[in-house]
Amino acid sequence: MTGEARLQVRDLGKRFGGVVAVKSMSLDLHAGEIVGLIGPNGSGKSTVMSLIMGLIRPNTGTIRLDGIDIASWPAHRIARAGVSIVFQHSRPLQRQTVLENIKLALLPDSLLRLATEASAAERARTIAEQVGLGEVLHRHPWTLPFADLRRMELAKAVARDPKVVLIDEPFAGLTAAEIKIFSDLIRTLRDEGRAVLLVDHSVKSVAALADRVIAMYLGERIAEGSAETVMQNETVRRVYIGGKIEDVERKAPSTARDATLLDIDEVEVFYGKANALERVSLRVQQDEFVSIVGLNGAGKTTLFNAISGLVPYRGAIRFAGGDLKNLSAAAIARAGVVHCPETRELFGHMSVRENLELGGGHLAKTVRQHKLAWVFDLFPILEQRQAQAARTLSGGEQQMLALGRALMMQPKLLVLDEPTLGLAPVILGLLSKAIERLRREHSLTLLLAEQNVTFALPHSDRVYVLDHGRITWHGEPARFADEMSTGYL
Amino acid sequence: MSFFRSRLFWIAAVIVVIAALLPFWLSAYLLGILTAAYYFGVFAMAWDLLFGFAGEVNFGPTFLIGLGAYTAAILNANYGLPILVCVIAGAFSAVVGGILLAVPALRLRGPYFGLVTLVAVLLLQNCIVIFAGITGGEIGMTVPDVLSIDADVNYWYALAFLVLCAALLYGLSRSAVGLILQASGQDAVGAAALGFNVTKHKIAAFCVSALFSGTAGAMLIFYMGTASINTVIDVSIAVQIIIAAVLGGRRTILGAALGAVFLIVANEFLRPLGQLNTFVVSAVALAVILFFPDGLIGYALHRSERE
Repeated sequence: MTGEARLQVRDLGKRFGGVVAVKSMSLDLHAGEIVGLIGPNGSGKSTVMSLIMGLIRPNTGTIRLDGIDIASWPAHRIARAGVSIVFQHSRPLQRQTVLENIKLALLPDSLLRLATEASAAERARTIAEQVGLGEVLHRHPWTLPFADLRRMELAKAVARDPKVVLIDEPFAGLTAAEIKIFSDLIRTLRDEGRAVLLVDHSVKSVAALADRVIAMYLGERIAEGSAETVMQNETVRRVYIGGKIEDVERKAPSTARDATLLDIDEVEVFYGKANALERVSLRVQQDEFVSIVGLNGAGKTTLFNAISGLVPYRGAIRFAGGDLKNLSAAAIARAGVVHCPETRELFGHMSVRENLELGGGHLAKTVRQHKLAWVFDLFPILEQRQAQAARTLSGGEQQMLALGRALMMQPKLLVLDEPTLGLAPVILGLLSKAIERLRREHSLTLLLAEQNVTFALPHSDRVYVLDHGRITWHGEPARFADEMSTGYL
Repeated sequence: MSFFRSRLFWIAAVIVVIAALLPFWLSAYLLGILTAAYYFGVFAMAWDLLFGFAGEVNFGPTFLIGLGAYTAAILNANYGLPILVCVIAGAFSAVVGGILLAVPALRLRGPYFGLVTLVAVLLLQNCIVIFAGITGGEIGMTVPDVLSIDADVNYWYALAFLVLCAALLYGLSRSAVGLILQASGQDAVGAAALGFNVTKHKIAAFCVSALFSGTAGAMLIFYMGTASINTVIDVSIAVQIIIAAVLGGRRTILGAALGAVFLIVANEFLRPLGQLNTFVVSAVALAVILFFPDGLIGYALHRSERE
């Protein structure tokens, strides 16, 4: 690439409360180029995209579009300047047709132009045909299959002839055939001289398409280059898989392995038209530590939400012999299935201590005090910060608090969703030690979802691999390195 | 769509013609009820523009109505200005008041906007009580001029006004601006990413809503001959407007007008029930909101779309 970059991001920084989401991020995007911005969940890649679009405002740094700094501009102004975004989840106007939805994108931002210009209707039709919506112009969005909704979002984004197109998880929820069609559409954007930024969690999904890949972790750029270079980069491998996979000696669970605590039987979940889980079956025995590994978007969180009664599903989930299907989320939690979500869901304006005490709200006062002391012993930093509002904690501290609050609920089964999300290696070490201690000192059954295999494996008695909503591998952690480590990333 | 549109147009035309002929066989008493109901219909349509399209819940439609009504009443009673001038001044003051309220309030998110609008009603009510010298306070004030003393003429004024407002608001809702407004109301982030200044469009919607509310409020007091807190400002009036709009159907504009007429006429016909009257009307409204959250017209519209 020669000449000035179309989009030039320099030293971009963004904090949310005590969490640093993006720090001193820089990237260049040239006209007629497809760049993949990848990183595990929580790495800050989506935040970078939102910052470029102006959906959130940066704390530091500049974003230059053709030399003009657009950082801190409102989103509508940035859009008018030539930046477009394709959201992962669309919320189209349901009472309007596909054509009218695309026409919307072509309207001027004016209060006085009441009539749509004829040229706009004509252009909307042309764009719709380009992305393959010609057959469904006059249908309503809710009658369309998922892939067509994605096409419509793409059509809206390119309607105004943008210089820069940002695409969030371009292939999420699409079949292999649809992925091919979408790849071709995205290549067309490049050939038309637009700069395209694909934001995705894995290198694999953008490798075939991207001219260049930038990998992010903890809000910073960790690698840049061709897809192959980035995939082989030592830091990237460490971030995704956690470096060299080592099997750590574990104590065998003391009790006999015959009591099934959690039995998941052929569970399927649909989000609208997208199939998020396909006939997933797995079992967890009493006192066993089981992990589900898979990249983001594989369906781990969906599975956990199904267990906790937060999403409707087909199939059966049984806990300690009882069917969980007709129980409310609250009843499931009281039954002893405690979910520690990846989003942490702390009560941000409450203090650390109040968050913990709420977790133990159903306990007798003396038991609660005892439990609280135990959590403080497990995570001493929480004791120091007990009067602080939860949202002002750093990411690692927030994760400890989320885990601590879950433990206050005295779980029989702890469902722990991606505790390493967006955390620095030193914090991972602390969390790892805490989990080790839990296993040593307590009778606890753990179901862990992780992308970071090195974090998950040492704690696991058994491992399941989840890929695109299906269980693709199942076995002892020792076998994982031989059988799975190459195909995983 | 064009089929529905044309069918809708003919249905509306038939209803308007029938409504225009009603004075030939209805009593003056019933015409009086319908006249008030038509002004109420404009209130509800103006409210639906905010709730259904801009996606903002305005708990204080009577703030805008009251501003229009009291400005007109004060100018007429204290300064003797002609009705037309008073109505225009009322509409203008409602728009100014609306902007003064909306610009700061739209900076707030979620339920706070609604709360601010609710507080505005209470403030206006208090101002009227405090400045009783020129506003008549809690007793209200009488205006010397009225639109007409003939029930038929008053009825036709109200009907013409309702039809005009319905045509303008419905046209606006179907226009390019209406499309942008719907997008802003349903997905503000998405609309901004498409290059639309969401705040600008919402403030404009608030102004339009204020314009129609204020004009209708001013017209109403020249029909009734009095302005009082209980008829144009009280929160219970605001609640009735909201119920009427939701009953008729969110995002339909015309449904709001039908809902208002239905609500007021039903109230009147159930009057023999005494205390039970309000209860029955409220129960019907509750049932519609629970079982047909899109309202009666909204429900019919969805069915025809799905067929």
